[in-house]
Amino acid sequence: MEELVNLFHGFAVALQPFNIMVMILGIVLGVIIGVLPGLGGANGVAILLPLTFSMPPTSAIIMLSCIYWGALFGGAITSILFNIPGEPWSVATTFDGYPMAQKGKAGEALTAAFTSSFVGALFAVVMITLVAPLVASFALRFGPAEKFAVYFLAFCSFVGLSKEPPFKTIAAMMIGFALAAVGLDSITGQLRLTFGSTELLNGFDFLIAVIGLFGIGEILLTMEEGLAFRGGKAKIDLRVVLQTWKEMPKYWVTSLRSCLIGCWMGVTPAGATPASFMSYGIAKRVSKNGKNFGKGEIEGVVAPETAAHAAGTAALLPMLSLGVPGSPTAAVLLGGLLIWGLQPGPMLFVEQKEFVWGLIASMYLGNLVGLIVVLTCVPIFAAILRVPFSIIAPLILVLCAIGAYSVHSSTFDVVLMLVFGVVGYLLKKCNYPLAPLVLAIVLGDKAEEAFRQSLLGSQGSLGVFFSNSLVGTIMVLGLIALFWSAIQEGYSRLRPHSVA
Amino acid sequence: MTTNSPHAGPTHKAVEAGVTLLIALFGAIVVYGSLKAGINWGAEGPRAGFFPFYIGIFIIASSAINLWNGLRDGDDALFAEWGQLRQVLSVVIPTAIYVGVMPFSGLYLASIIFIGWFMRWLGKYSWPIVAAVALGMPIATYLIFERWFLVPLPKGPIEEWLGL
Repeated sequence: MEELVNLFHGFAVALQPFNIMVMILGIVLGVIIGVLPGLGGANGVAILLPLTFSMPPTSAIIMLSCIYWGALFGGAITSILFNIPGEPWSVATTFDGYPMAQKGKAGEALTAAFTSSFVGALFAVVMITLVAPLVASFALRFGPAEKFAVYFLAFCSFVGLSKEPPFKTIAAMMIGFALAAVGLDSITGQLRLTFGSTELLNGFDFLIAVIGLFGIGEILLTMEEGLAFRGGKAKIDLRVVLQTWKEMPKYWVTSLRSCLIGCWMGVTPAGATPASFMSYGIAKRVSKNGKNFGKGEIEGVVAPETAAHAAGTAALLPMLSLGVPGSPTAAVLLGGLLIWGLQPGPMLFVEQKEFVWGLIASMYLGNLVGLIVVLTCVPIFAAILRVPFSIIAPLILVLCAIGAYSVHSSTFDVVLMLVFGVVGYLLKKCNYPLAPLVLAIVLGDKAEEAFRQSLLGSQGSLGVFFSNSLVGTIMVLGLIALFWSAIQEGYSRLRPHSVA
Repeated sequence: MTTNSPHAGPTHKAVEAGVTLLIALFGAIVVYGSLKAGINWGAEGPRAGFFPFYIGIFIIASSAINLWNGLRDGDDALFAEWGQLRQVLSVVIPTAIYVGVMPFSGLYLASIIFIGWFMRWLGKYSWPIVAAVALGMPIATYLIFERWFLVPLPKGPIEEWLGL
């Protein structure tokens, strides 16, 4: 009951005129970011983060989270109309969305995608409303060992669940941890890994890494592919929308399943991309129209879009309640919290009620606003994609530079951004996942602190991580997640033998 | 695709091996730095290098496995064609110059030249369009960042002269 009262107060905060304005601005910017190649949720939010420095934290988080929702919506537009996934999580949407558009059913595909996105997000927000306060109050009792166990679980799920080779995931993650360790050691106050450079005193800021890895890296990849946009016209009129909506309830099973997959994958930091693929794959196997998937089946749009948006939204649950972001974009939002002077984690729910519930209420409203904005303005957003890349690219590069500079007002950061960009291009081409790298930079210091404090308490014995049932359970879950792909492989190897 | 065709380029295998070795080198640097910071126990428990030392070891170990996996792979696909890499470099090099010049010229002048160069040489647009975008974007940036959201951006001699 208390939650409902809090949520009500949250709506009062989110409905202030300034916050509504910021919400709409965020959604529109977000869709543009989602549509443009080279600008995605994570680096789009990172670049625009400096704009929020002078805002009150609640308005700031509303704007940034709305950029995120907008980017989630925007990814679908390019996938369906141009067969170009604007975001990695909309790759699965191209499988059936683009064939639908080619058959002249772009309006239906877009309506289905947007509506499913909305449904997925709504489901996840309801879950956050109900579950986040419980998780937070539970997590208030966590000591350093439990905290480290949660980080351990988060990073292990990356290794087990990502589609990249596990050792590449580990390598990428460890690079992130190493970068996080550079600079002042938070416990002893000693300098390390700076090799005498004054620029490295404060270590690497993950925002710079995000802008470089995702922004510049993506531009370089796009340049290499020599993108030429060719795509159908987008027109959505009310008749098509209503017709599609009438058809959508038929797919409620797919929808519900995708919501659950999305929420699960979003909370464990595997993120929206695997969620959309998994949801598409399962829908294809289970649906009676499964054999038509890939030829323009509306269910093939519903499944990945619902899951992606549910996962993207659910990623904020661990970010808010535990201080562990479930996706790179959630990590950037977490970085924002620190900049605005808020300490992410369970204490937020106690000390910053207005902020937390304002954000949660804005998630309901923001997604509704987003749905209306994308349904009504699709042709405008699609027109952005027709602007040639040789105009878009330099503008995005300049924006990235501005974003990187304004984090600490340092031109050295801009140089670092470019270095990260080239590294990101190479790593991406060599099939290294970038999300765990970024998350490790964000969480590295905290994970290390929790680890060292636990060891200090136990006089150096690793047994502290299995010393009680709570921490032991989380650690075991982590180990299962870590070896998940190996377990699966072992299982599938065993099976044919038992048949033969 | 053979190496003699016009679609020649470095093989994926070679580039990946190079990248893996660079990662391993990075790991070695981390280990070296950690050793310098001290990896044993001090008065406050584990010393500063304790955690990064093991991180470095993990980097080297996983790179060794990645290298082995990569070399074992019989695939001789291309990393990218030379032409594609030239495209990539045609962005990287000007961006590097842009970034390098920024501390001296300020952001605005550097951006105008950078956008102008990009559109004129890579996009082959006519001068009026080039001028409109190359001047319009920095002006919009100035208004949005410095005026409305009060975020200062790097300025050079020209901005000083203009008194901005």
